[in-house]
Amino acid sequence: MVNKKHNPASDLGNRLAPFLPRPDRRGRFGAYGGRYVPETLIPALERLAADFEKAWKDPAFQKEYRRLMHEFAGRPTSLYFAERLSTRWRRGRIYLKREDLNHTGSHKLNNTLGQILLAVRGGKKRVIAETGAGQHGVATATVAARFGLECDVYMGKIDVERQAPNVARMKLLGARVIPVESGAQTLKDATNEAIRDWVARVDDTFYVIGSVVGPHPYPFMVRQFQRVIGEEARTQFKLQIGRLPDLLVACVGGGSNALGFFTAFMKDKSVRMLGVEAAGCGLHSGKHAASLSAGRVGILHGSAGYLLQSDDGQITVPHSISAGLDYPGVGPEHSYLKDSRRVTYTSVTDEEALAAFTALSELEGILPALESAHALAAVRKLPARLSSNQIIGVCLSGRGDKDLATVMAAAELRADAISTRSRRME
Amino acid sequence: MPQFRKDTAVDDRLRDLFTAGKPVIPFLTAGYPTVSGFVDAAVAACDAGAGALEIGMPFSDPLADGPAIQYSSQIALASGITMPRVLELTSRLSARLPIPILLMGYLNPISQMGFARFARAARAAGATGTIVPDCPIDEAAEWRSASRQAGMANVFLIAPTTPDERVALIDAGSTVFSYCVSVAGVTGVRRDVSESTRRFLRRVRRVAKKPYVVGFGISQPEHVRALKLFADGFVVGSALVRILRESPKPQAAVGVGRTIGALVRAAE
Ligand SMILES: Cc1ncc(COP(=O)(O)O)c(C=O)c1O
Repeated sequence: MVNKKHNPASDLGNRLAPFLPRPDRRGRFGAYGGRYVPETLIPALERLAADFEKAWKDPAFQKEYRRLMHEFAGRPTSLYFAERLSTRWRRGRIYLKREDLNHTGSHKLNNTLGQILLAVRGGKKRVIAETGAGQHGVATATVAARFGLECDVYMGKIDVERQAPNVARMKLLGARVIPVESGAQTLKDATNEAIRDWVARVDDTFYVIGSVVGPHPYPFMVRQFQRVIGEEARTQFKLQIGRLPDLLVACVGGGSNALGFFTAFMKDKSVRMLGVEAAGCGLHSGKHAASLSAGRVGILHGSAGYLLQSDDGQITVPHSISAGLDYPGVGPEHSYLKDSRRVTYTSVTDEEALAAFTALSELEGILPALESAHALAAVRKLPARLSSNQIIGVCLSGRGDKDLATVMAAAELRADAISTRSRRME
Repeated sequence: MPQFRKDTAVDDRLRDLFTAGKPVIPFLTAGYPTVSGFVDAAVAACDAGAGALEIGMPFSDPLADGPAIQYSSQIALASGITMPRVLELTSRLSARLPIPILLMGYLNPISQMGFARFARAARAAGATGTIVPDCPIDEAAEWRSASRQAGMANVFLIAPTTPDERVALIDAGSTVFSYCVSVAGVTGVRRDVSESTRRFLRRVRRVAKKPYVVGFGISQPEHVRALKLFADGFVVGSALVRILRESPKPQAAVGVGRTIGALVRAAE
């Protein structure tokens, strides 16, 4: 199934495979997904899948989840017409789904709230999480504080350094941040370490995974907890402009904000979807995080899907200016959606994302997360001829406060380069 | 039509592993600390009475392993140990050692080479079977059929969290024997063996029809003595990797041999 020479797309039959509302019984979206984890975890995953299904159908659980999403998180988040940006870019009318306004500043809370409600239902006293940008760590620590649970967050040592404000936030929220020094010291290594922790403490610990990745049922469960983004947006589009958008755009790290945004629109044939990966220094530089655009099918962190790896099957170290996209794999449902062509995937570079960051800040008064800036940058790169009346929905997955140091450092580098260049011209 | 191809028999040496007592099985990461250091350690372990040899195929993201084996994998990869190199080393050792060799590694590098191709190449190199900790029995259909055709044994893991029905399933699915992990956790040296490990192994004994070995955290003769009545063999890994990391070169292989010798005597 994951043989190099075997083309997984051929398993999927016709070009446009149907939208799968849920994975099959083995936790697969087509050829992707599954449960490739140590035996120790299998019984816990089976229980989790059953617990989730039961809770999801339980009106009492739904009511509590919706209530907290409203009163604690501040949902629904708004759908905002970015008029000045639309005028400047001339790619269409750009609407932003404002997940940056969600509590803790990103879409991540939708998922941690859902999972921690499950943890509490299951009587667990301790939660653990992996985090890259720190947004998922903060969202986990926040809900853990709300429910009085012990919380340990694994974070690559490099990310601890480049996302210092989020590390401070997690600590203030009472969580323990554990810097991970193995491997490349970023998100994939933090995930390894979280899985190792869970293997050792599976009896008393709930592992809160931060994206639509990992072994079944996580990719499905996280998508269900995030689908509120698109459900709200779909209603808002109808209410605010009387029709559905033509195009949806979202960044893809593991892919949770994108699936959360897209899912409610899957059956709307007129709505096209664009997932945006991080091209880092460019796809040909080898320094990027574009698993779908430039990876090969393989197995990582418990599921089969596209990933960045060497010919020998070793996972390679990704690069992105945005810590939240700096991951060598992607969720199995995205792997399926790529093959089925329901969603188109593209990538934008660090530079392009930074330019979009600046544009949104200056034209709309919104500092986007660098992850979300990737989605914006992809809009900027759309062919201009599509222009004017097309309606584009962009998932603004988070706010940019956490990225200020990174953006300022990049701006300084650029300023240095410019002044050197002008000095040379004198 | 690969499903109609005939299966190949598993190596007799593996079939006979449990006939002459309870084997001690050393785990060594391929190419760690160096190629010659690895080969010397394997030879020393065999000379000291090891019943079989497990060769670790290094992977960038070994999520079932603790710090010692993670570190050894990282060093081996950095020194250029690839999957083809692992198979070369396997060839070299299988030509030299009388004991059966098992390969232990993660599914991704195997799948990238191709299940069938890897299984055939491993068998050609003299390996007798594999242990793949991130491939539970539920995900193993394709890998098992490729292994069967090539005559490679599949050894699946049983954990303390595995319920009885699954123990039966895993026991039936493993080719010659299965592998019990002593505790819920990753590989690594542990101080002592707990009563819950014995209880777990007693439970496996009631259900399993095939032999099973126990590993994860075994390093001392006392551990082997404590578990002797409850398991059919003993795997020692992190403790050896630690010896290789801490001792200067000539002493390292001697240290590995001495540790294996002590465990073998405890298992008698
Ligand atoms: C604001 C924001 N957007 C997007 C992502 C990427 O994750 P995903 O692809 O799961 O939405 C992250 C991850 O940390 C994030 O913090």
